[in-house]
Amino acid sequence: MNSPRRILAVTHKELRQLRRDRLSFGMIVGIPVVQLLVFGYAINTNVRDLRAGVVDQAGTTASRNVIAAIAATQVARPLARASSPAELEEMLRTGAIDAGIVIPADYSRRVARREFPAVQILVDGTDTAVAGALQALARMPPPIDAPLLPQQDQVAAASDGAVGSDPAAGFLSILVLFNMEKRSAVSVVPALIGVILTMTMVLFTSIAIVRERERGTLELLITTPVRSVELMLGKIIPYVLIGATQLSIVLFLGSHLFAVPVRGSLVDLYLAGLAFITANLALGLLFSTIARTQFQSVQLAFFIFLPSILLSGFMFPFSGMPGIVQKLAEILPLTHFNRLSRGILVRGATLYELRHEVAPLGIFFIVVLALALARFRKRLD
Amino acid sequence: MSEPDYAIQTAGLTRSFGALVAVDHLTLDLPARRISGFLGPNGSGKSTTIRMLCGLVRPSAGSASVLGMDVRRHANEIRQRIGYMTQRFSLYEDLTVRENLDFLGEIRSLSRRRLRERIEELLETYALRPMADQRAGTLSGGQKQRLALAGAVLHRPDLLILDEPTSAVDPQSRREFWESLFDLCDQGTTVLVSTHFMDEAERCHELAILDRGMLAAFGAPERLMAGIDAATLVVWSDQQRRAAAILAASAEVKSVAQIGSALRVLVRRDLEAPCELLREVLSRAGLSARVEAVRPSLEDVFVAATGSLRSAARPREMP
Ligand SMILES: Nc1ncnc2c1ncn2[C@@H]1O[C@H](COP(=O)(O)OP(=O)(O)OP(=O)(O)O)[C@@H](O)[C@H]1O
Ligand SMILES: [Mg+2]
Repeated sequence: MNSPRRILAVTHKELRQLRRDRLSFGMIVGIPVVQLLVFGYAINTNVRDLRAGVVDQAGTTASRNVIAAIAATQVARPLARASSPAELEEMLRTGAIDAGIVIPADYSRRVARREFPAVQILVDGTDTAVAGALQALARMPPPIDAPLLPQQDQVAAASDGAVGSDPAAGFLSILVLFNMEKRSAVSVVPALIGVILTMTMVLFTSIAIVRERERGTLELLITTPVRSVELMLGKIIPYVLIGATQLSIVLFLGSHLFAVPVRGSLVDLYLAGLAFITANLALGLLFSTIARTQFQSVQLAFFIFLPSILLSGFMFPFSGMPGIVQKLAEILPLTHFNRLSRGILVRGATLYELRHEVAPLGIFFIVVLALALARFRKRLD
Repeated sequence: MSEPDYAIQTAGLTRSFGALVAVDHLTLDLPARRISGFLGPNGSGKSTTIRMLCGLVRPSAGSASVLGMDVRRHANEIRQRIGYMTQRFSLYEDLTVRENLDFLGEIRSLSRRRLRERIEELLETYALRPMADQRAGTLSGGQKQRLALAGAVLHRPDLLILDEPTSAVDPQSRREFWESLFDLCDQGTTVLVSTHFMDEAERCHELAILDRGMLAAFGAPERLMAGIDAATLVVWSDQQRRAAAILAASAEVKSVAQIGSALRVLVRRDLEAPCELLREVLSRAGLSARVEAVRPSLEDVFVAATGSLRSAARPREMP
C-alpha cells in the first residue's frame, strides 16, 4: 500500500528545500519572464525589409502598382533594378539581394486572362525564414483592381489560378502579410508555454533526485521504508504546482504584453497543461535514473529540449517535415501541447475537440513513468 | 519468533566491483544486544559490507542475514528495523535540525503524537535543543554527528549500524558519543560500528578486523590482545631511524613503528628471549639499545593481523 503520508512528507520536504534555494526559486519565475521577453521581442520571426531586385519587363502602370503593393507589405523593399531574370539570379547568388521580382512583358494580358502566375518571385532559400516570408508574399492576389481591398472574384481568381496550392491563399495571405507582427506573437506565445515547461519541468525533476544522489542524502533516504513510487510522486507534486505557476506567468504576460487572445476556456488550458506537465515530469524522473550527476541531468534535459523546440512546430512548420521526422515529433509531448495551446487560446477549441492530442500525453506519462520506476532501484549499485 | 542470538550472520559474503574484490568471503556472527566493531584501514571493505547488510548493495556471492532475515529477499523488512548512520553526513543541510527529524519520522510513519514526543526526547538526549531551528548544514562536526545519530535511532531500531560515526569529531565528543552507544546497547539495541580508531575498537564487545576485504581477526578485543601471534617489544636507542631500518630488515621482526622516542617492535611469538635477540641484532650494527617487553595493544593485534605498517619509514596511520 502506498502511504499518502510518506508521499506528502517528501513533497513537504521538497517545497521547504525549494523555498530556501533562492536561485532555483528565482528561476521558477525568471525563466518564463525572460524567455517570453526574449522570444516575444528580441527574436522576431517576422521578416521585414528584404532587399529585392526587380525586373519590370512590362513597364506599365499596372506593373508599377504591383511593385508598390509588394513594397507596401514591408516584407520586401525593391531597391535594385535588373534587366533580365538571369541578372537577378546572379545578384541573388552573390548575396546582393534576398529576393527577385520578375514582371513579364505580357503581365497585363496574363492578368486579364487570369493566366497565373503573372508575377514570378525568385527566392534565396538559404534562410528558411526568408523563404517562408516570401512564399507568403507570393500568395498575394493581383492588386490591379483594388490593391488594398481585394474582392471576392479575386479570391476566386486566386483559387482557380495557379497561385500557390492553397485555394484560399490569395485573400488570406495578404491579410496575414499586413498583420505579420501580430500573427507571430499569437503563434509564438502559446507555444512558448510548452517550451518553457519542457525546459523547467524535465530539468527540475531530474535534478531533484540526482541532487540527493550527489549530496549523499539518497543513501539514507533509501534505507527508510519509503517506496520508489512514493518517492517519485512526492517529488513530482511540487513541480506540478510550479508548472501551473509558470503557465500562469506566461499567459498573463502574453495577454498583457503581446495581446495574445484567450479564446478558449482557461480550465481546458490548465487541464491540457496538467497532462503536459506530468508527461514532462515523468521524463525528468526517467532521466534522474540515468544521470549520475547534476551536470548529466542538464545534458539529458538539453537532449530532449532541442528536438522538442525544433520538431514540435515551434520553430519550423510541422507540415514541412519529412514523414519519419513527423513520426518522431508525434512522440514528443511538446508537439501535442503546442497544438493544444494554440487550439485553445487562438482558435477557441475545446479540450474535448482536441482530445486526440491529450491521449498521446497520457500514454507518454504512463509509459515513461513505468520505465522510470522499473529503472529506479532502492540501491546504490 | 524468539529473538535470534545473532543479529547479523554472514557466510562467504563477497562483493566485487569489476576486478576488485571489495569484500572477500566474509563469514561472521555478530551477537545481538552487543556493540560489535569493524576495524580496518581505508578501502578494507567496511562500508561495502555495511551497505550489503542494509540492502543498498547486492552481494556478488555468499549470504547475509540481518535480524534473522535474508538481505536479498527481505531488504524492505530489514529497513523497518534498522537505523543506519552513513559515513558521509546524509541529512538535509538546507533543513533545520527539527525539520530533518520531522521528515524522518513522517517517512517512517510514526504516529504524530509519538513523533512530537520523540523529537523532544532526542533533542534533549543528544543536546540538540539549542540548535533545533538551525539549518543542519551550519552545525559543527560534533553536532552533525549527534543529529545523524538522533535520526538513526528515531524509530527505536533493533539494530543500529554506524559507518565511521566519529571521523569528524574531537576526542571529548567521541567519548560522549560512545556513552550514548552504551546507553542504547543497555536498552537492548544491537550496535554495529565501523572505525579506524584503536581506542574505539577497544570499546567494542566484539571486533572484526578487516584487511583488503578479508576477515583478519575476530573476537573480543581482550581476547584478541591476549591471543596475538606476536610479542611486543619497545626499543630505545640513540639512533632510532637507523635502528628501525636494521630491525625491519631482520627476519624475526614482523613490524617496526616509531612511537615518540621509542620503537614499537612486533616479533615472532615463538622466540625464546626476544629482548636479548633484538639487543644483539642492534649491537652487531654498533648500536646500543634498551629493550623491554610490553603488553600487546589492540594496534599490535591490528598490525600483526593485517601485516600493515611493516616499514618503520612509513608514517603511523593509526592514532
Ligand atoms: N561503487 C563502487 N564501485 C567501485 N569500487 C568501489 C565501490 N564502492 C567501493 N569500492 C571499492 O571497494 C573497496 C572497499 O571500499 P569501502 O568503501 O568498503 O572501504 P572502507 O573500508 O569503508 O574504507 P574507508 O575507511 O575509507 O571508508 C575500495 O577499494 C573501493 O574503492
Ligand atoms: Mg567506509
